[in-house]
Amino acid sequence: MIALLRRDLMLAFRAGGGFGLGLAFFLIVTVLVPFSVGPQSDLLATIAPGVLWLGALLACLLSLDRLLALDFEDGTLDLLATAPLPLEAALSVKALSHWLTTGLPLVLAAPLLGVMLNLAPSGYLWLVASLGLGTPALSAIGAFGAALTVGIKRGGLLMSLLVLPLYVPTLIFGAETARRGAMGLDATTPLILLAGITFGTIALMPFASAAVLRMTLR
Amino acid sequence: MSLWEYANPVKFLGLSARVQPFVWGGAGLCLAVGLLWGFFATPDDYRQGSTVKIIYLHVPAALMAINAWFMMLVASLIWLIRRHHVSALAAKAAAPVGILMTVIALITGAIWGQPMWGTWWAWDPRLTSFLILFLFYLGYIALWEAVEDPDTAADLTAVLCLVGSVFAVLSRYAVKFWNQGLHQGTSVPLATGGRTVSDVFFYPLLISMIGFGLLFLALVLYRTGTEIRLRRARALLARSERGA
Amino acid sequence: MTLRVTDLAVARGGVPVLDGVTFAVAPGTALILRGPNGAGKTTLLRCIAGLQPPLSGRIDGAEETIAYAGHADGLKAMLSVRENLEFWAQVFGQTDIAPALIAYDLEPLQNRLAGTLSAGQKRRLGLARLMVTGRPVWVLDEPTVSLDVAAVELFAAAVTAHLAGGGMALIATHINLGLDAQTFDITPFRAKLSQRSAASDEAFL
Repeated sequence: MIALLRRDLMLAFRAGGGFGLGLAFFLIVTVLVPFSVGPQSDLLATIAPGVLWLGALLACLLSLDRLLALDFEDGTLDLLATAPLPLEAALSVKALSHWLTTGLPLVLAAPLLGVMLNLAPSGYLWLVASLGLGTPALSAIGAFGAALTVGIKRGGLLMSLLVLPLYVPTLIFGAETARRGAMGLDATTPLILLAGITFGTIALMPFASAAVLRMTLR
Repeated sequence: MSLWEYANPVKFLGLSARVQPFVWGGAGLCLAVGLLWGFFATPDDYRQGSTVKIIYLHVPAALMAINAWFMMLVASLIWLIRRHHVSALAAKAAAPVGILMTVIALITGAIWGQPMWGTWWAWDPRLTSFLILFLFYLGYIALWEAVEDPDTAADLTAVLCLVGSVFAVLSRYAVKFWNQGLHQGTSVPLATGGRTVSDVFFYPLLISMIGFGLLFLALVLYRTGTEIRLRRARALLARSERGA
Repeated sequence: MTLRVTDLAVARGGVPVLDGVTFAVAPGTALILRGPNGAGKTTLLRCIAGLQPPLSGRIDGAEETIAYAGHADGLKAMLSVRENLEFWAQVFGQTDIAPALIAYDLEPLQNRLAGTLSAGQKRRLGLARLMVTGRPVWVLDEPTVSLDVAAVELFAAAVTAHLAGGGMALIATHINLGLDAQTFDITPFRAKLSQRSAASDEAFL
């Protein structure tokens, strides 16, 4: 398992590995927001938590394509399926490496972008907490979407269509936490609900993903 | 003699052909009675005026939109556990009907909402939930279309339906939480469920709900038959190609 | 432990291609599968490797014993030869990759990125992967594609060494490897035309 994680991380950091693309996308989307809604700082402060959450979600979504497709094309998935490692574990590791290379950088970059969007001072902690707790769920759900569409040619758009509705609860609780935090309210309740969703998906989604992947590889 | 015998496509087609006239007839009768009674023989609501009468389309459609997904869930489980092809095809056949019901519910809701709430659309939890349901239907149908091998498509969509159901329920609660969280005390009166309306409105509503249910059943039977014949045509074609 | 296949029927894309396949591979022996293109060699091997379920029949002695090598080598272009091999060794719980590097003459290449290798070199790396799995049964699908004469000899030597150590090999190939092995022609086991409708279509006919 550790070998697989190390290999995936190594691949992500080498040239052409796509590390940083999600982060760059997040940056650009956030920078484009003031251009589209206007520069008024109070307006930006109001929408900042939502914009940051949506940007992080889209950045995660865009990088899902690479989660399984490359390993499918070069035959690695076939070989992994015959290896002693259960597919459930392999998919958990893949989701984890996706989170480490995409989700975690987004969490760390979010406060910086929060400054640019005039996020209220009370919101930073909640923003980082909600993203840190919520993005693993995005990766785990995303691995399921990637497994569903890995055998389909040009499955990228279809994957977005399948994954985005599944992202709704995570987005709602995550953005709600950040928003309440920014308004200076207590955001513990949505944060706990978000944690529930995240732990639930991390625990259960790999089984669904592996089941689906076995169907596709067959 | 058990119910599972009708999992055989030929047997199913036979039964479906015998039952369908009655289902269609019943659907037509119930819809005609329910809608005509509702539209012309009930008094206007003292508060809502005659706009209330859209309830006879709106509530049954919304009911069937959810029930269709529930039926797909059950059919998907039967396919995953017992591998009955009819079950998988019935789930496939129900999805477009379900999405149609969802769209009817959303549109009639908007038409009803405009004079009542002064807006076509509000991010009310109930409306939002239906919008999310619509997205789930869309993804489900798209996945059926995208996978070439029919059995793999049935497998993948069945798992999607299962996982989707869980997330649909989660979304329902998330949306409730979300809207009460910030937008305190929206003045939107929730679309009335059957229990809160008086008898004058209730009986025609009940009849049109039964009518929508029968209509759904008829459409699903009909469409499942089409899917079965499509698969049969494929199988025959494949056989004749190999035989030649 | 003998790999034993009994009365196996397999399907490709839902259509039965082979029926009644029966053979056994004892420790220390190899079996060469022969058959024209499209006869179902790949399908049979994938089935034995556990990648797809058989229609009927039994496969014994295949649990956690098989190292499979198909048409794709599962190599990462951005990892070096050594890193690729080390990864697979770790996945299979092994550590020593030196014998594999030597056997396929990959030592001089070990720090090159796999993406810069020629097709034949990649294939050699793909085959070296079998040696780091530590598994007794090699299931190989056209292993000699894009190998030159010298590399085929390396491969034959590696298989011979593997067999001498009590291993087994099941190889689908068209060329003569010079191995002391039985051949098994799958042509007689082709599923009969009358059966050749997709298994899942049967319910609809």
